Amino acid sequence: MTAVLDIRGLHLAIGGRHRPTPILRGVDLTIGVGEVHGLVGESGAGKSMVGRALLGILPGAAVIEEGRIDFLGRDMIRLSERERRRLLGREISLIPQDPMTALNPVRRIGAQVADVLRLHLGLNDRAAWTRVVELLDEVHIREPERVARRYPHELSGGMRQRVLIATAFACEPKLIVADEPTTALDVTVQRQILRLIREMQANHGTAILFITHDLGVVAKICGTISVIHGGRILEHGSTEAIFKRPTHPYTSALFAATPRYDRPGDQLRPVPATLLAELAREARALDEGRRPGAAGR
Amino acid sequence: MAEPVAAALPDDGATGSVRALLGNPRVVFGGAIVLLLVTVALLADVLAPADPLAQDLLYSYLPPFWLEGAEPGYWLGTDSLGRDILSRLIHAARVALVVAVIAATATALIGTTLGLLAGFYGRWVDTVVSRLIDIWMAFPPVLLSIVLVAVLGAGLHSVIIAIAVIDWTRFARVVRAEVMVQREQDYVASAVVIGLGRWRTLTGEILPNVLPLLITLFTLEMGIAIIVEAILSFVGLSMASDFPTWGGMIAEGRQVIHQAWWLMAFPIAVLIVVVIALNMLGDGLRQVLDPVLRR
Repeated sequence: MTAVLDIRGLHLAIGGRHRPTPILRGVDLTIGVGEVHGLVGESGAGKSMVGRALLGILPGAAVIEEGRIDFLGRDMIRLSERERRRLLGREISLIPQDPMTALNPVRRIGAQVADVLRLHLGLNDRAAWTRVVELLDEVHIREPERVARRYPHELSGGMRQRVLIATAFACEPKLIVADEPTTALDVTVQRQILRLIREMQANHGTAILFITHDLGVVAKICGTISVIHGGRILEHGSTEAIFKRPTHPYTSALFAATPRYDRPGDQLRPVPATLLAELAREARALDEGRRPGAAGR
Repeated sequence: MAEPVAAALPDDGATGSVRALLGNPRVVFGGAIVLLLVTVALLADVLAPADPLAQDLLYSYLPPFWLEGAEPGYWLGTDSLGRDILSRLIHAARVALVVAVIAATATALIGTTLGLLAGFYGRWVDTVVSRLIDIWMAFPPVLLSIVLVAVLGAGLHSVIIAIAVIDWTRFARVVRAEVMVQREQDYVASAVVIGLGRWRTLTGEILPNVLPLLITLFTLEMGIAIIVEAILSFVGLSMASDFPTWGGMIAEGRQVIHQAWWLMAFPIAVLIVVVIALNMLGDGLRQVLDPVLRR
């Protein structure tokens, strides 16, 4: 299997020049062609930072210290601004977390979806408009022509997320970063959106980096997963294998902390403090090895 | 904003926008008065009952029509030289309007450009612009404008230049702050992620979001420009004194306020009404133009 995305030894830190806080500690991650890969972790694990580093939209204070992000043979970190711009939207796109804020409030839906078509495929206004309507239809928006003329505030959260999914798939990219695409939606809409992403993925054969904290979502959509904690990938493999027999104690603890609708009687257990302390110790040891003296907090 | 795709659509928004505009009382009230001002300024020669410069010393200090001693034809009375006050007010509207439009445009261009750049690019650009604003705001504006006009020489063009040079900070400050807010919005990240360049992100995504604010500021600035022009003509630094201006009329009236209050009262009243109308229009337009505030 050839890889669409291959991240090797990615180290990323945030904040001060003298004492940066490590966020990612040597992340390795590989996604094959057409594969849906779940990146699972709790808040602050660094999962969104992986996606942002790949797309080049890191917050200002974040610095990539070392590592490679290899996308179809191109190193995304050392890409020039111009080359990156050609790739973004065309070969890699994003389904953002919050559909309420990801659309420009003062521009019509159609115009916003058309941007990417005109920019990368060079379609003229009329062709872009036709394609926009097709795309909106493909994500099951009823009356796509009417919706294309609406402003974002006139659409529900689920509708907006459909629009953003249409935009993400518009140029047939090789890889889509889905950064918690269902987190901001309510549960019934979550299901529909998840089903839509799966359907679009199957039709287009796009690889997806699916960033989430929700193990239930992972089980539904991802073929392979990586478990991230404290900026380290603790475990990776096929979803089936990991769900059946997690090898890392943190993964097991994570399962034990997740409510399951099929076993409502189960007692939920928080991730044990001793395990978290152990993980923190390991992380500190790693930081110490990279930057002697700096991790003495 | 140029929106080619939206423009290519059969647009159901245009009639809706007009209806929204007419449904807003501030827009209707402010707009009506501003429209009246524009009409009066354009048709001053036709509308004015008399020549604003014609003197008639026999008819000096005539009171307005409802007071005893008024002469027919001189609706708002006459000044010390027997010139018709109504006609002078009407002709002075031209000066006010020209200053309002040109000065506000120049101010908006300078201030918005600097504000956009400072807010979007941050870092040293922001530092330079912000320090410049700090320095500018340390000067008392009226004093600075008087000095500027004194240096440039009296006249309308000097007044306009002075307003733009002094007041750009109003736009720059507000636009900079707004762009900083907008820049952090997810839709800007989305624009970057679909591969839009920084310049297109700034002009195509952020600027339209700042536009309602700009329109409000612009109408506000028109009002301020009119007041500044009045101040400068009050101190005799605007138009040559033979051409009527509201500020000049106030200055003339000040000397005889106890004998002929109407010399000063009418231009002040007109000034106040026009500035209020502009502010209301700006506020109403913002409500109508912002798609989020619209409903």
